[in-house]
Amino acid sequence: MAHVAVLIPLLPLVGFLILITMGNQIKEPTSGWIATSVVGASFIATVIAFVLLLHRHSREATVNLFSWIRVGNFHVHVALLLDPLSITMCLFVTGISALIHLYSIGYMHGEKDFNKFFIYLNLFVFSMLVLVLANSLLFTFVGWEGVGVCSYWLVSYYFEKPAAASAGKKAFIYNRVGDLGLLFAMFLLFHHTGSLTYLTIFSHTSSLSPTTATLVVLSLLLAAAGKSAQIPLFNWLPDAMEGPTPVSALIHAATMVTAGVYLLCRMGPVLALSSSGRLTIAIIGAATALVAATIATSQRDIKKVLAFSTVSQIGYMILAVGCGAYSAAIFLMVAHAFFKALLFLGSGSVIHSLNGEQDLHLMGGLRKYLPLTFPTFLIGWLTISGIPPFAGFWAKGDVLVNAFEYNKALWVVGLLTAVLTAYYMSRLFVLTFRGTERFRGITHDHDPHESPWVMTAPLVILAVLSVLGGVLGLPWIHVSSIEGFINPVFGALPALSHASTTVQWSLGIVDVIAAVFGLLAAFTLWRRTEPWPRYESSFLYHVWHWDDFYDATIGRPLTAFADFSSDVIEPDVIDGAVMGTAVSVRKSSEGLRKLQDGLVRHYAVAMVLGIAVIVLFLVGRVW
Amino acid sequence: MHSSLWLTALLVVPLLGMALLIAFRKVTKGAYIVGVATAAVELAISLVVLFLYNSGIKGAGTFDFAYRLIVAAPFGLAYDVAVSGISIVMIVLTAIVVVVALLGARETKHEVAFVCWMLFLLMATMGAFVSHDLLEFFLFFELTLVPSYFLIAQWGGPERARAALKFFIYTFFGSGFLLVGILYLGFAHLHQAGGDLNFSYGILSGTSLSHGTEVWLFIAFAISFAIKSPIFPFHTWSPIAYAEAPTSGSMVLSALLAKLGTYGLLVFAVGLFPLALHTIQPYVLTLAVIGILYGSALAAVSKDMKRLVAYSSLAQVGFITLGTVTGSKLAMVGAVLLMFNHGVITAAFFLIIGYIEKRRGSYLLADLKGLQGPAPVLAALFTVVMLASIGLPGLSGFISEFLILLGTFGTHQWWGIVATTGVLFSALYLLWAYQQVFQGKAEGPNATIKDVSGRERLIILPLIMLIVGLGVFPQPLLNRITPSVQQIVVHVAPTGVSK
Repeated sequence: MAHVAVLIPLLPLVGFLILITMGNQIKEPTSGWIATSVVGASFIATVIAFVLLLHRHSREATVNLFSWIRVGNFHVHVALLLDPLSITMCLFVTGISALIHLYSIGYMHGEKDFNKFFIYLNLFVFSMLVLVLANSLLFTFVGWEGVGVCSYWLVSYYFEKPAAASAGKKAFIYNRVGDLGLLFAMFLLFHHTGSLTYLTIFSHTSSLSPTTATLVVLSLLLAAAGKSAQIPLFNWLPDAMEGPTPVSALIHAATMVTAGVYLLCRMGPVLALSSSGRLTIAIIGAATALVAATIATSQRDIKKVLAFSTVSQIGYMILAVGCGAYSAAIFLMVAHAFFKALLFLGSGSVIHSLNGEQDLHLMGGLRKYLPLTFPTFLIGWLTISGIPPFAGFWAKGDVLVNAFEYNKALWVVGLLTAVLTAYYMSRLFVLTFRGTERFRGITHDHDPHESPWVMTAPLVILAVLSVLGGVLGLPWIHVSSIEGFINPVFGALPALSHASTTVQWSLGIVDVIAAVFGLLAAFTLWRRTEPWPRYESSFLYHVWHWDDFYDATIGRPLTAFADFSSDVIEPDVIDGAVMGTAVSVRKSSEGLRKLQDGLVRHYAVAMVLGIAVIVLFLVGRVW
Repeated sequence: MHSSLWLTALLVVPLLGMALLIAFRKVTKGAYIVGVATAAVELAISLVVLFLYNSGIKGAGTFDFAYRLIVAAPFGLAYDVAVSGISIVMIVLTAIVVVVALLGARETKHEVAFVCWMLFLLMATMGAFVSHDLLEFFLFFELTLVPSYFLIAQWGGPERARAALKFFIYTFFGSGFLLVGILYLGFAHLHQAGGDLNFSYGILSGTSLSHGTEVWLFIAFAISFAIKSPIFPFHTWSPIAYAEAPTSGSMVLSALLAKLGTYGLLVFAVGLFPLALHTIQPYVLTLAVIGILYGSALAAVSKDMKRLVAYSSLAQVGFITLGTVTGSKLAMVGAVLLMFNHGVITAAFFLIIGYIEKRRGSYLLADLKGLQGPAPVLAALFTVVMLASIGLPGLSGFISEFLILLGTFGTHQWWGIVATTGVLFSALYLLWAYQQVFQGKAEGPNATIKDVSGRERLIILPLIMLIVGLGVFPQPLLNRITPSVQQIVVHVAPTGVSK
């Protein structure tokens, strides 16, 4: 199994190296096909590794590659940890990446930097696989930063556009704030457990005091908030929509942004030590879910709606982690990867058909022009809204049942979010596909056209997965579900009273009612065409003025400090003192003016003379 | 096979090169080739030393290739050379940077003189790193000033005269403290042990001094090294010197001469007065942390690329200083590794800025825009160096920075926490600079610049390979650094400073 496991991250790396060394020697579609096939091969390797792991006695294996850093008792390997959690992550990461690579061949057609796009994309997949397969926090950090920098490159892919350049930078900086959390967590864990390797940390959890454990958990939460766009660091994700749409689907919906959830799940045995830490996680998750959902109701850009929807859905996952329901978080992560990738790629197809227009107010009535995009998007819409029997219903239901058992208030927040989710997604659906055709001005009265097969085939596959994804975790099957598969990874789970079947059924019905309510509300409000409805709030459109707040409290004071340092402290205080000393020395030695003529030749002579004098002095003393 | 001749060769080869240049000074065309060839031989020798280095010679600590020749016994003047796992790293760095600087930042005006000064600087820097004797170290340390001065003053920018003078006087002033400290130490030892005056590192490190004396000597040494490094607030000579120097001058100043300061602080200040460290520590740590934040702030508002790298170096030297004085082995190993990595990274920065200046005739941020469009490879090279400086794992800068912060966190938690935020700020100012210079739409003269040529790519390639290679395989250097740092740490540890 070791060999196959190594192939999983190695194949995308090889693809990256091939593309970067070939440079411009390969032409447009070829580079895309190379990139797609290495990721596809990586998916096949993952499937083989998965099957082999299923048939192993111990479902935990470390594949040691080489020793990376060793100083004294600090020793970190480049090594992979294969267990149900990492292999589950690998399965959906490689699978969806392969589909989105394929889609990109069509979407990126004709771009000037076509090859570069696939170079970044392959490097991204490699980094993401390192992130999930690493056996230590430090090696995970390699992937963690790797995906961050690929995200930076891909968001600012259209670097000539100032908004894209700024958005890439913003994404990187917000992630860096989160990285501080991961660094602090590593420092604390190393000094208290003596290791950064997951399995060693888990076997030494007894040496973590409750306070330390809480600090570690809060640091990890900061890291997760950065990477997974949670409060207080969520507002980089909507800006990241400046990147090409396949990037939004792959990085900013399906894979990278869920890395924070993965990290928290991976550190489950440490999370178990701090109930206050977990409560904080749950509150942050629930709050983010709700806040982002409110914002999504008033966005005009189709991709921004989806971006805030992603923030909100990850909020659900974080909430599940806080409740101790790690498998529910992973279940929703996988289901979300299916339907959100589907929705993003669908929106990409819509944007493609409208010559790049992203404003919902300028769409409408696209149903009849996009015969494949429309039905697949319909499935995605029903799935995220939580309509049974699609995957979203089961996954979100799983989270809400656990929230109900953990804390009723958080469950109410989650349910409210579910109503809003159904509402904003239905609004998006209505504005895009139904109603009057408001796009005629953009398309110059041409009919929008459906996308080529490389773009629609992934849509169909993802739609099928969204329909069937629920079988991964049907509540009445425990043995062969995702829960039964990955739960052993998390060690002793915090005691959760398992909800009775009656409670599960009742909550399920409540979920459906919530979804239908939100859905009907949106249809009633937005189907009207005359007069054009305006149920959008400026406060929500401006993201609760979150950016302005940071700008006023952090951005401007920091800039002022830097300017003050540069204009006053540096020239007048520090250098002023230096020059002041020099001047006073010169003035007090007017008589020796001739020596102060500023010629270095003279200084050099003085230096030699000085040394000679000292030497003579020494000679005299010794004799 | 071990022989001190290798070290002597490091000093003789540049002198031979200079002799050749002076003898045939009329043949201007050959100067460049002679210079590069000499530096290349120097690099080859330093690599031989690196591979032959043995940290386990009996009775020699971790010193190898040791050789001592008394030149003038009564004055304590001696030719005393040896390398430790710390200096070996610096020697290799010196050779690499000089080779790349000669290749990549050629000066065609008065080329013979230029190459001569570069080789002289190479010799002096090597001399300082191989010195196993304080007086000898001081002489080489001072000698580096002369070629640096002339490199700035003759081949520099419009304000070169002022920059060179400020640099010279400031650092020369600092050296005074060092000389007094060294002489005091030598005589103190003479007083205790009798015999001849002796400045050998191995012998002086056994001098027993009162705590107060150790503290004063530490301060004297530290001021001199703080000016050279430079450590906040002794840095104001550096932005103007780095900015006005020619590309090659900026490269050697920031990558090598600055390292003489940090190297001296570790080997001579901390190494000789470990017991004083405990008293001094809070102050130096505070200056280091201020340097990190202050350097980042000024880098963020710099108006040109050279000053930006100068202030970023101030922040990086802050990290090195932090690691040097915490008394934690991890942090100290990280500090030595960062000396090497920062040397490579900053040399690469200045080389790229040189490439840009050659094309646009300016390194002002306001003059540059959207260069990624016409020059994607140039942008990619800058990106790699930038990411290494930011501390992206997988590239060299990360490992050193991480070890420093990890070690500091264990011994001085609060300083460690504040210093860690520096990781955020380096991303802030470098990405902002990247956005200004490389992103956006290139117009006017920016739109028509040529991308880096094959030759230019080849010249920077060794630096890029070191940045990537040491990010993945740092162990060859760590294996050499660790035992020597251990030697210093064991003396620091008894005070209870280290964990």
